[in-house]
Amino acid sequence: MNITLKIWRQKNGNDKGSFQTYQLADVSPDMSFLEMMDVLNEKLIRNSEDPVAFDHDCREGICGMCSMYINGRPHGPLRGVTTCQLHMRSFKDGDTITVEPWRADAFPVIKDLAVDRSSFDRIMSAGGFVSVNTGNAQEANNILIPKEDADMAFSAAACIGCGACVAACKNASAMLFVSAKVSQLALLPQGRVEAKERVMKMVAQMDEEGFGNCTNTYACEAECPKLISVENIARMNREYLKAQLT
Amino acid sequence: MNTLDSKIPPGPLEQKWTKYRSTIPLVNPANKRSLEIIVVGSGLAGASAAASLAEMGYKVKVFCFQDSARRAHSIAAQGGINAAKNYQNDGDSVYRLFYDTIKGGDYRAREANVYRLAEVSANIIDQCVAQGVPFAREYGGYLSNRSFGGTQVQRTFYAAGQTGQQLLLGAYSALMRQTGMGTVKMYARHEMLDVVVIDGKCRGIIARDLISGKLERHFGHAVLLCSGGYGNVFYLSTNAMGSNVTAAWKAHKRGAFFGNPCFTQIHPTCIPVSGDHQSKLTLMSESLRNDGRIWVPKQKDDKRNPNDIPEDERDYYLERRYPAFGNLVPRDVASRAAKERCDAGYGVGTSKMAVYLDFSFNMKRYGTLEANKRGMHHPSEEEIKRLGREVITEKYGNLFDMYKQITGEDPYEVPMRIYPAVHYTMGGLWVDYNLMTTIPGLYALGEANFSDHGANRLGASALMQGLADGYFVIPYTIGAYLSNEIRTKAIPTDSEAFVEAEKKVSETINRFFEIKGTQPVDHFHRKLGKIMWDKCGMARNEKGLKEAIQEIRALREEFWKDVRVPGSANEFNPELEKAGRVADFLELGELMCMDALQRNESCGGHFREEFQTEEGEAMRDDDKYAYVASWEYKGNEWQLHKEELQFENIKIAQRSYK
Ligand SMILES: Cc1cc2nc3c(=O)[nH]c(=O)nc-3n(C[C@H](O)[C@H](O)[C@H](O)COP(=O)(O)OP(=O)(O)OC[C@H]3O[C@@H](n4cnc5c(N)ncnc54)[C@H](O)[C@@H]3O)c2cc1C
Ligand code: FES
Repeated sequence: MNITLKIWRQKNGNDKGSFQTYQLADVSPDMSFLEMMDVLNEKLIRNSEDPVAFDHDCREGICGMCSMYINGRPHGPLRGVTTCQLHMRSFKDGDTITVEPWRADAFPVIKDLAVDRSSFDRIMSAGGFVSVNTGNAQEANNILIPKEDADMAFSAAACIGCGACVAACKNASAMLFVSAKVSQLALLPQGRVEAKERVMKMVAQMDEEGFGNCTNTYACEAECPKLISVENIARMNREYLKAQLT
Repeated sequence: MNTLDSKIPPGPLEQKWTKYRSTIPLVNPANKRSLEIIVVGSGLAGASAAASLAEMGYKVKVFCFQDSARRAHSIAAQGGINAAKNYQNDGDSVYRLFYDTIKGGDYRAREANVYRLAEVSANIIDQCVAQGVPFAREYGGYLSNRSFGGTQVQRTFYAAGQTGQQLLLGAYSALMRQTGMGTVKMYARHEMLDVVVIDGKCRGIIARDLISGKLERHFGHAVLLCSGGYGNVFYLSTNAMGSNVTAAWKAHKRGAFFGNPCFTQIHPTCIPVSGDHQSKLTLMSESLRNDGRIWVPKQKDDKRNPNDIPEDERDYYLERRYPAFGNLVPRDVASRAAKERCDAGYGVGTSKMAVYLDFSFNMKRYGTLEANKRGMHHPSEEEIKRLGREVITEKYGNLFDMYKQITGEDPYEVPMRIYPAVHYTMGGLWVDYNLMTTIPGLYALGEANFSDHGANRLGASALMQGLADGYFVIPYTIGAYLSNEIRTKAIPTDSEAFVEAEKKVSETINRFFEIKGTQPVDHFHRKLGKIMWDKCGMARNEKGLKEAIQEIRALREEFWKDVRVPGSANEFNPELEKAGRVADFLELGELMCMDALQRNESCGGHFREEFQTEEGEAMRDDDKYAYVASWEYKGNEWQLHKEELQFENIKIAQRSYK
């Protein structure tokens, strides 16, 4: 396959940045998208040009590190698939592909396609945990959890923290990310004890980081590579209301 | 010269840890506040250690090269974590987990360490559940278990095919809680590039801020390396792209011995290589062997669609060769058996380097069971298939999706094609019972150390070990050292040793840019990987290993003459990071081959073709090689030290899974 790439290049956070166009021949449909980027980078290095900086690590769709905005969609055209799991067979010979970084005030660009998502860590530090010290735990099977609740908690916990939800949202809201953690812990008896405090603190931190408001467009759910449901947002809103009332 | 003192406590096996634990010197709370600990790595080992130590009152700094602690490679672990809970009432016990692990490791691990691991395993599950880790559950609300290889009990706890993710997010949440409280300072996007040793003790590290490129000096009363394994020395492996040996290797070059470097785990069930562009290999969890049957056609070069090959023309070679364990033999055995079939010409797929992992049998069985449960009396084939598919989806859905995404084939309809791939490294920094390396004050935890898995790790035991080390071992054993350090004031980082170490790092970085060669880093990495896979991979022999050593030396020379690293040192520069890692792999590779060469026996993942039984099984030589090979770096060469292994509680025998 022959591919034309329009890639966002930006030297660092202070640089304005612009699109550059690259041609790539002999792309195999079996390549992953990032392998295609590897080939491009090898070519750039051999030509004494600056390779494109991008984040990636596991290349298995689980670490949440990869973060490319491809043809106007976070992680590209397939539903429920991260950039690293996207393969070139999803494109056609002769296609032009536009690649950009996540765009959000709370995710400043570091270089090219790599952004700073440390705001997510700070939200987690504010309350995304159960306050249990090592050694405090009771026998595991003393806490019985209905399978249905456990499964729901697991579905929320499957979030990989990649930030696609923020990149997809016109308001750059982080509601899906935050609500997934709030939900997971609210659904489990271990997490109930601190549920009120948790939701208040996490939401406060989210606001402080400069994420936008949720206006219920649900682009986040549509673009989430782990198909995290917007029901979590509804649950978080209920938790938040409850916490405010008491 | 350093001698190897494993510091194994005296007394009967069952009492060693409990007795020792209650006699280790303590550090009082006021003193803890002035003791600083550096943790390199935020995977299961690092995150659990850092959180636990901070909860105890120590001042902790954590480093990782990813943009968040949550992205450490542990996140990718799929299948599960072992614990001797005996919830299934199938005869499990601490002793049985201990025994299985020693036997699985082909009798090349320390009894005392492994017993301790088995003892604390149950606490890990309790801790994780308390954190809110959503393990799989049964309808009654109890925790669920599955089987893994090398055992005949069900002791593996899991969260679909995402167990590592859930466990790491648990440990990460504990870590973030401490970060929020200010007891842990987090340094994400930082890479440790050297350790600082002062008067024989480890006193800190040099790290590079990966965004600004600035080198930083950090002091610590103790340093914990939790930096993971080095499988990427093979270029293609199931590890994350950034997994590397650099932290461990720099420590090795400063005096920490390296244990059993050649002990590598090749995992039998991975998606086969599809082309030259391949950057990594993807694991299909061992848990799939619970429900998948492995086979090849009985006829060579059989081109038929696998679904058209009748039952009696299939060779379920694991069930045939190992009837007692069948598809659940340990990984080293399963990998070699797959290689044997493919080498003999029975492989499948276009490359012929693959075997089938087939779920149709169990999908049908589950479908029928479900139909019965739901009181359906005459379910149609289609209904059974649909119900069976639902069960399989619940257990392994994400793995099936991943397979489909990568290969373009639907594993619900056709058997998966799989082949062995590099997965885990049992070798690592040598540590004593306290997890301390041969440099006082420097510890190694998790996959970075060599300690518990001998020559072959059992499935679902790495997660157990990482969390055991971090939650339940180091918080106690570090007291043995730190209780003597309460009078040590923080050493200023403008002292000579820090300056010298930083200068060395900076010189290496500058050297990369000065070369201005013609080939990108990956070119050398790929070449190294090929040498390692061909000559120090699933099968090794004297001639090949000797050749490999020469080839690696030549490649290393070429690298330092011809590598091209673009950009500059003072910016975000992933190519520079790669260059540093590959430079270290180019040294490690040589040591791995030397280690494989000196071990004139086959054991676990180390298979020397010269040493095999008539049936092609690994042939150990316990009289000569029941030791840990521990290597000391001496400038241009290495010196071998042997830690003899004592088996006092287990009768050492030829491993049999028949
Ligand atoms: C695909 C896959 C599936 C697996 N499935 C299972 C399973 O089901 N069950 C099981 O028991 N085991 C499994 N394993 C093995 C297990 O996941 C690992 O052995 C284990 O997670 C390693 O944990 P760790 O904490 O030692 O290191 P890692 O999780 O690898 O963490 C290493 C940390 O060190 C940091 N680091 C490394 N070098 C530096 C440096 N120089 N400077 C700063 N930071 C550095 C990294 O940033 C990272 O935070 C699997 C492995 C793979 C590859
Ligand atoms: S690289 Fe890990 S999710 Fe894509």
